[in-house]
Amino acid sequence: MEHEQFTWASLIPGLASLPAHVSGAIIVSIVLLVVVIIGYRQLRRTEDQVIPDEKLTFRNFIEVIVEGISGLVENTMGPRGPEFTLLIGTLALFILFNNVSGLIPGFLPATDNVNTTFACSLTVFFMTHYYGVKEHGIKYLKHFVGPFWWLAPIMVPIEIIGNLARPVSLGLRLFGNITGDHLVTGIFFSLIPLLLPLPFMFLGLFVAFVQAFVFSLLSMAYFSGAIAHEEH
Amino acid sequence: MKKTLVILGLLSIFISFSVSVAMAAEGAAGLDPQVKAMIALASGLGIGIAAFGGGLGQGRAVASALDGIARNPGAAGKILTPMIIGLAMIESLVIYSLVVSLLLFFKL
Repeated sequence: MEHEQFTWASLIPGLASLPAHVSGAIIVSIVLLVVVIIGYRQLRRTEDQVIPDEKLTFRNFIEVIVEGISGLVENTMGPRGPEFTLLIGTLALFILFNNVSGLIPGFLPATDNVNTTFACSLTVFFMTHYYGVKEHGIKYLKHFVGPFWWLAPIMVPIEIIGNLARPVSLGLRLFGNITGDHLVTGIFFSLIPLLLPLPFMFLGLFVAFVQAFVFSLLSMAYFSGAIAHEEH
Repeated sequence: MKKTLVILGLLSIFISFSVSVAMAAEGAAGLDPQVKAMIALASGLGIGIAAFGGGLGQGRAVASALDGIARNPGAAGKILTPMIIGLAMIESLVIYSLVVSLLLFFKL
């Protein structure tokens, strides 16, 4: 596993000197930007057409993605959903495209590296506290105290540890799934390159979708926990 | 997935045993051969035990989901989503152990 791996990024002169996961993330971000810009211009033309196109056009594909993500956010977070659609959608698409890029030979998924996954999970961590403070003010700290104020010396360390465990678990889960998958597929490629890696590539595709979905679902659960108002 | 993890674990154990035999030829990492044997054993056993527990847990989750679908086949889609989320949660514990195993394995 220590040998030099060929990536398409090594062909582009500017990116070849960067570490592998940075160049992978840059390539995926550029692809995402192109897809999103073209999709935005196509979706803005909905004033002309109320009837959707018949075949699988680029516009239908983008519509499916956008409706899927905003439907997911609304279902999970309730009426406050649309504020978070931007952040959740960005994270979900970034992680999804990075995971899937690992299946194309020559790409190393950027989520293969702890740095990328912890960047995503630390973003979610800081944004939960930002949204919590923005919503509740300084009374957001009452969340840490627990149901009764005299339980505070026990509850505060537990809540702090629980809160710190969230970004660690998010990042490690994503990293471990993608790296383990990649390693296993690589090992089976070196054993029998012909048909045996195929089930593992299907598993990799499935895991890519599930992990992006679980990441965004958990982030939404954390957000809605932070901005939740106590209802007795 | 469990089978490949078990195969990986068995491979690491096999490699560890062959390493302790070929110790005279290596010595590149500068580690005690005893330490290397223990590291290899730990990395193999760790992920093996984690896969065992993870397999049991996921089996119970899928069994409950299948029971629910058998009672009410129309709710299959609604049952599937929490089942997938639950499986991902249980699998993440196995993944933590895999990460530790990988760390140990690449320290050999």
